[in-house]
Amino acid sequence: MTKSKNPELMNNLEKAARSGGISKREFLQYSMLAGVTASTATGLWTSQAKAQPKRGGTFRYGVHDGNTSDNHDPGTYQSVYSIQLAHTHRSYLTEITEENGLGPDMAVGWEASPDAKTWTFELNTDATFHDGRKFTANDAVASLNHHRGEKSTSAAKALLDSVVDIKTDGDKHIVIELSQGFADLPWIMTDYHLVMLPANDDGSVDWESGVGAGPYKIEKNEFGIGTSLVRHDGWHREGAWFDRIDMTVLNDPNARQTALVTGDVDAISSVDLKTMALLQRHPDVEVDNIPSGSAITLPMFCDVAPFDNVDVRMALKLAIDREEIVEKIVFGTGIPGNDFHVSPNMPYFPADIPQRTYDPEKAKWHLKQAGMENLSVSLSAADSVLPGAVDMIVLYSEQAKKAGIDIKPVREANDGYWSDVWLKKPWVFVKWGARPTPDNMFTLAYKDDAAWNEAHWKNPRFNELLLQAKAELDETRRAEMYHEMCMLARDDGGTVIPMFVNFVYARRKNVKHGPSVSASWETDGGRGTHRWWFEG
Amino acid sequence: MGDILQLVLKRLGLGVVTLFVISILIFFAVELLPGDIAQAVLGQAATPETVAALREKMGLDQPAILRYFQWLGGAVTGDFGVSLISGERVSTAISDRFVNTLFLACYAAVIAVPISIILGVIVALLRNTLFDRVANVVTLTSISSPEFFLGYILILYLAVKTNYFPAIASLSSDMSFGELLHRTFLPALTLVLVVTAHMMRMTRAAIINLLASPYIEMARLKGVPAWKVIVKHALPNAWAPIINVVALNLAYLITGVVLVEVVFVYPGIGQLLVDAVSKRDFPIVQACCLIFAATFILLNLAADVGSILTNPRLRHPK
Repeated sequence: MTKSKNPELMNNLEKAARSGGISKREFLQYSMLAGVTASTATGLWTSQAKAQPKRGGTFRYGVHDGNTSDNHDPGTYQSVYSIQLAHTHRSYLTEITEENGLGPDMAVGWEASPDAKTWTFELNTDATFHDGRKFTANDAVASLNHHRGEKSTSAAKALLDSVVDIKTDGDKHIVIELSQGFADLPWIMTDYHLVMLPANDDGSVDWESGVGAGPYKIEKNEFGIGTSLVRHDGWHREGAWFDRIDMTVLNDPNARQTALVTGDVDAISSVDLKTMALLQRHPDVEVDNIPSGSAITLPMFCDVAPFDNVDVRMALKLAIDREEIVEKIVFGTGIPGNDFHVSPNMPYFPADIPQRTYDPEKAKWHLKQAGMENLSVSLSAADSVLPGAVDMIVLYSEQAKKAGIDIKPVREANDGYWSDVWLKKPWVFVKWGARPTPDNMFTLAYKDDAAWNEAHWKNPRFNELLLQAKAELDETRRAEMYHEMCMLARDDGGTVIPMFVNFVYARRKNVKHGPSVSASWETDGGRGTHRWWFEG
Repeated sequence: MGDILQLVLKRLGLGVVTLFVISILIFFAVELLPGDIAQAVLGQAATPETVAALREKMGLDQPAILRYFQWLGGAVTGDFGVSLISGERVSTAISDRFVNTLFLACYAAVIAVPISIILGVIVALLRNTLFDRVANVVTLTSISSPEFFLGYILILYLAVKTNYFPAIASLSSDMSFGELLHRTFLPALTLVLVVTAHMMRMTRAAIINLLASPYIEMARLKGVPAWKVIVKHALPNAWAPIINVVALNLAYLITGVVLVEVVFVYPGIGQLLVDAVSKRDFPIVQACCLIFAATFILLNLAADVGSILTNPRLRHPK
């Protein structure tokens, strides 16, 4: 990965310090080797190394977006509640670490053939399911196959499209054959759908019972209301500091914040941005504001006039004031986009590409190039996609007026937005959850023949690079390819990316987490339940 | 009494017909919603392939009419089918939630009905005094405020600032009855504030209406004290309208509490219905709506029977 080694070194040092593996003197010495000053290192030793996780307590966690219709089928996981619960009672082959790197979970190691077409995962033989059964290669194969095949109703089917075959190789290895080289496969295994489940004799999986191999096992569960879990003693990893987890569905933002303030819950999964500042002032509450890979996109159909003209697309990209949108719509809890769908916390992020800024004059120039004096287009949004979505397009419409562009904001019904508006209307508002790698994101929504190619963008060079980069195991060459692809998306692509929105969640002050938290989902990538702890 | 029995049976028969018509309306209303369950379940992650596979799995590839009659066939024999999404039996999905809703409704009714009727009698007695005005202003204000607003106000003053009551009313099975009453007090109080005005003002109006009657004047002339005139002479004749308005409010306590459920995170049936509609889970929507419809039918029937029983003229028709 292009990430510096130092954060990893520092993290390992802190971990070693926490577990008592090294002395203070050693810690300071190594820290300075890692490029940290003496005073910072001393501070780290007191704050981090001493903040050793403690066992015990019941973690009461209020989670939004819980529905009665949620269920245990990993193929239909969709709500925030399902994703949080999945990471609590089930496990994956690999995980996104606190530092947004890739780490082992139920697989302890993985290896690719030189063409990246065959992958072997070595499984953790210590892992057990909640009913006491050992986790074997059969379970891993059946779990992945649940998302494949004609009959599969899984939303993760497209992710595993290129998989030709999954075989066991003894009890502790599985071998995955792909139709084309794919260097990111271990990253894909962190996808929230791909949980490991106990296999039935016929090769199907038992998802109905809710038995998993995660840090906590379910004692009582009612979807749409809440779940009580107790620590799974046979869990294969370090962590799971809390004795019990009580997850409660708190869909109403006010109820969530009130519950946190009155101490009815210890943490909540989302904070109402409008009142965030008030919550931050509360003496017993800590707000976590975490930049994420979750993007807002405004895809325009590149095969529909006027968006088929690259100058029109460029004019629209220049007519948006991203800074103002981040400031006014998400109250500063976001980072401006740059019209390519790779966030700063994804691997291969091309940091040297200059930020596109608001430039109505240049937008006018591009319009002229397209042979137009002014332009009138409609842009659809619904507040169910992002609270404030409609406000955002209204603001954009005002900003674009200076460039002689008339954007008509259209408020669509919340209901059925994904089936009737997205991929149907030529210019719409979309929010994407974080994806672990650029390849993952580009393959899903920017590849010419992708079902979700939301901008109908078909750039031959981009698609050629996409296939090459997929199978490229050399990190530097891969980074160069993604750099070029990002430039293509930015300057030729059909998607305006106004911003990446942060995850903003909160906890009581006595709930502690490490120096860094994962940005893949709310609450440390859904893993706060086993990574966080109560201060003594 | 035979006449009442006949009336009850006739009304129950009509009720069944009403429920049947309602079930047709609901089915086609759900069909008319944009998008279907497969798309709603898969959301942004839907591809034509997976949507088709899910539709087949849920039996949505069959024509709507056929699906309706399949459901009806089951419903007639008491089998309301399974949730299309979770595969859980509709009866299990609903029963706990419905018990919770009934509990909250009873809790609120036990407080609200006596208070409103007693207040109604008192303000009728003290009509046009300061007390009457204040009681009217207070109850009218509370009925005119949206429920979620009342809920938030109560949470602010009774939970956040003073910590007398918990802000969220989530339940667990190992709670004692006292704890249960304490936990659910704020949602119950919100509902009390919402329904009191209607019942109180109806009681007041019904009694004041009767106070102009000659027999009341007679009672006064023979020297009966004012409170006795109202309680012994006016109230018995005012029961019919009061019972009607009480029944209407009881039905509201069961069917109209979804906002209160959301604000206090109370696991009742309203939230279940909202979730089911947004996901197009037809068997659950159907069962919830039929329960609501049956509630109205039964409470209306009870109100009519109640009015007959409290009126000797209707009880003993010539």
